[in-house]
Amino acid sequence: MGGNLSLAYLMLSAILFVIGGVGVLIRRNPLVMIMCVELMLNAVNLSFVTFGKMLDDISGQIIVFFVMVVAAAEVVIGLALIVAMARRRPGATADDLRALRG
Amino acid sequence: METAVFIVSALVVLAGGLGVVGSRNPVHSALSLIATLFGIAVLFLNLGAQLLAVVQVIVYTGAIVVLILFVMMLLGIDREEDLETEPLVGQRLLAGLVGLLFLGALLAIIIIGKESIVTGARSVTGAISPTVSNITQIGTELFTTYVFPLEITAGLLTIAVVGAVVLSRRPGDLQPIPEPESMTDMGDEPLTAPTEEGAH
Repeated sequence: MGGNLSLAYLMLSAILFVIGGVGVLIRRNPLVMIMCVELMLNAVNLSFVTFGKMLDDISGQIIVFFVMVVAAAEVVIGLALIVAMARRRPGATADDLRALRG
Repeated sequence: METAVFIVSALVVLAGGLGVVGSRNPVHSALSLIATLFGIAVLFLNLGAQLLAVVQVIVYTGAIVVLILFVMMLLGIDREEDLETEPLVGQRLLAGLVGLLFLGALLAIIIIGKESIVTGARSVTGAISPTVSNITQIGTELFTTYVFPLEITAGLLTIAVVGAVVLSRRPGDLQPIPEPESMTDMGDEPLTAPTEEGAH
């Protein structure tokens, strides 16, 4: 694989990461925020695999495995939080939850 | 060929990413997320990570996005979000600015540094073998070099499941969260725009 294509992968990963990060910052629906975090995690996964390819090392792909497990755990907890939140205040956005007490 | 596949998948990934952030309807965001994840699975294939491509499709698009969609439908919070109102003045602009700066920094590093940005020893854990299959190699490494992290992820998943059960348990004295005190002394209106019932 040409080196330039590897760099293109890294650039795509950077762009995707920034898209996800901006999404987390500007969106107020907690579900969409979780999806944007998934975007960021996937961008990082892509760069891990690319780095693994560039360094000719299998660990890049194994670390992606662990990132996927962490992402799954994060989604499970995040969705449970959203369900608990929506039971008490239906239709609440992230901005409505500025009081720390439950 | 590899370049062509990369260009097509990159376009799909970027379009999907923008769709996730820009869609007013959360369901459209979830569908865009599926497009992005599929594009990344194709890119994994292009990079020679066959197992990861399959796991990406099964775990992400098959489980995580379906879970998100399920919660969306269950709670009925798939109503469209008003993207026009801005609770914090200038938040969008600042977020875009920060994103652009960060992106510029990352791209500058990659463009200026070229190949030299990837430092470190090569093939420490094991070189990617052209003869041994991808899944064999990953499985071998997972159960030898990375066996302790693997056990820890098992613990993490158990904790996540227990946490989800505890969080979603319905407490006996369920009380609605009161409207928070106004941030300003003048008393601003609630941040959530009143939405009509039955809009979804």
